[in-house]
Amino acid sequence: MKMVRVIVIFLAMFFVNAVSAGVDDTVWKNELKTQFFADRSISETENIIAIEAPYRAEDAALVPIRITSKINQTNDKYIKKITLIVDKNPTPFAAEFNFTPLSGKADVAMRLRINSYSYVRAIAEMNDGQLIMAKKFVKASGGCSAPIGADLDAAMKRLGRMKFKLSGTAQSNEPNLAQLLISHPNITGMQMDQVTRFIRPAYYVEEVKVTFDGQPVLTAKTDIAISADPNFRFYFVPQSSGDLRAEVSDTDGNTFSQTYRVEP
Amino acid sequence: MKCIWIVSLGLCLGLFAVQCQAKTKETLEVQKIAPGLYFHFGHHELPNRDNHGAIANIGFVVGKECVAVLDSGGNPQQGLLLKNTIEKITDVPICYVINSHVHPDHIFGNRSFKGRGVQFIGHKNLARAMQARGGFYLQRSEEQLGVKLAPKDIVLPDIEVTDSLTLDLGHRLLTVTAHGSAHTDNDLSVLDKNSQTLWLSDLLFVEHLPVIDGSLKGWLRELKALSALKVRRVVPGHGPVMGDWPAALKPQEDYLTMLLKEVRSMIRQGKFIEQAIAEVGQMATGRWALFDAFHKKNITLVFAELEWED
Repeated sequence: MKMVRVIVIFLAMFFVNAVSAGVDDTVWKNELKTQFFADRSISETENIIAIEAPYRAEDAALVPIRITSKINQTNDKYIKKITLIVDKNPTPFAAEFNFTPLSGKADVAMRLRINSYSYVRAIAEMNDGQLIMAKKFVKASGGCSAPIGADLDAAMKRLGRMKFKLSGTAQSNEPNLAQLLISHPNITGMQMDQVTRFIRPAYYVEEVKVTFDGQPVLTAKTDIAISADPNFRFYFVPQSSGDLRAEVSDTDGNTFSQTYRVEP
Repeated sequence: MKCIWIVSLGLCLGLFAVQCQAKTKETLEVQKIAPGLYFHFGHHELPNRDNHGAIANIGFVVGKECVAVLDSGGNPQQGLLLKNTIEKITDVPICYVINSHVHPDHIFGNRSFKGRGVQFIGHKNLARAMQARGGFYLQRSEEQLGVKLAPKDIVLPDIEVTDSLTLDLGHRLLTVTAHGSAHTDNDLSVLDKNSQTLWLSDLLFVEHLPVIDGSLKGWLRELKALSALKVRRVVPGHGPVMGDWPAALKPQEDYLTMLLKEVRSMIRQGKFIEQAIAEVGQMATGRWALFDAFHKKNITLVFAELEWED
């Protein structure tokens, strides 16, 4: 009988541990939510946005994340902003994406550094101020202090290079998917130089502005959780031919730009 | 009565064993693959708290005046055992420790070789790579290897190799070659002319899935040049010593070429990294040890490299 009680206690402890290790929301509940959204209420309804992420990250320094919206961007109802947070990262704030009705769809995909087993959460803010959250748990470790990149010489050589890629021929008056590639080492500032004991200063892309014919499509504030060579996929709606333009600035005050002619 | 005898005998043997251990230093199991060339086989495992990161092939070459260590091991203890093994086999002093590249399973025995007359040799990019990654390796050492490593375990090279370097061990010449970005951006290979043995370390994987942490295109380029060398045998960083060169390269070359072709074709079709990770090269599973541990990471790195090629 005593044995049974011991087993029951043991099992109970095991489950408590398993739960706290698996679905750890405490950092969010106790700190992050208040820090980023004060006392505003956030719903977790599933009809506005969804987030896709691998359950196990193959490379913690480069984890593909995709946020998809379930509504079209219209002047009456649209997603104004999506904030991306990685609970357990040393800097939980990963990025903030601002959209307009001209974005067509408030979808955005990027690659993240994820430092440990953590929730990745996307909080959408509607044009009327409503907040809706989607989240995914990712098993990763060491993304933020992980090696900067495999081939550092090659990465530094192409620093500042940018490319736009469109999927197929552009279609007018409907959302078109575009990809922006930015070559930048995005050094996290956490890779301690073990010999000199200095922490390298962070050096990363902090702002990305994409416009179509001068009208904002996507404006992002980004932080060190964005992987080296930042890569964003997003939508835009061209009414007719025009220029897709990206302006990027980093923490050292460098700016880079790239223009791509769109002929629907 | 009989029983007492057996117990006493047991006790004696036990005491003898203890004494024995105190006298003889613990060593590492090594094979002599040619006169004066020794090799310790690393098993195909991920580094963990049981093997403490001692998973790579390591070894040494003995000349008339000097011994050169070919990778020091995955932790200070393995380094110490390798040192004991060398001292048991020869009285020739250790002059050089060659670090083939920055990965922990090849460099973390370094500390045990530090001392007078010992010079550490690495690629010109090795110090930079040790500085960039060292903190990360040390931070995770306890959790991942069950060994607490400290800053003194990062031993920077005394001699940096830019192109190539000849070491004279005394009637034995070693050619140390620095390669362009391949397995990592700091790979060395070592040619022992006496035995016609090419020590490739992780430039060659046999049985164990090749791991890309430098440049896929660069690696294929370096392998092409290496495959032209006429040697009697090659030693991979993981897997058995191979006699038939360059035929021994075939499986690795096929795998890397497949990655190049398939990932490049997906990028040209406008497909994304998620699709490549899910789809590319799953057919190669079963042909390699540790496929699931490294294949998708390889695709990720290859995709990130190739999307900048045009």
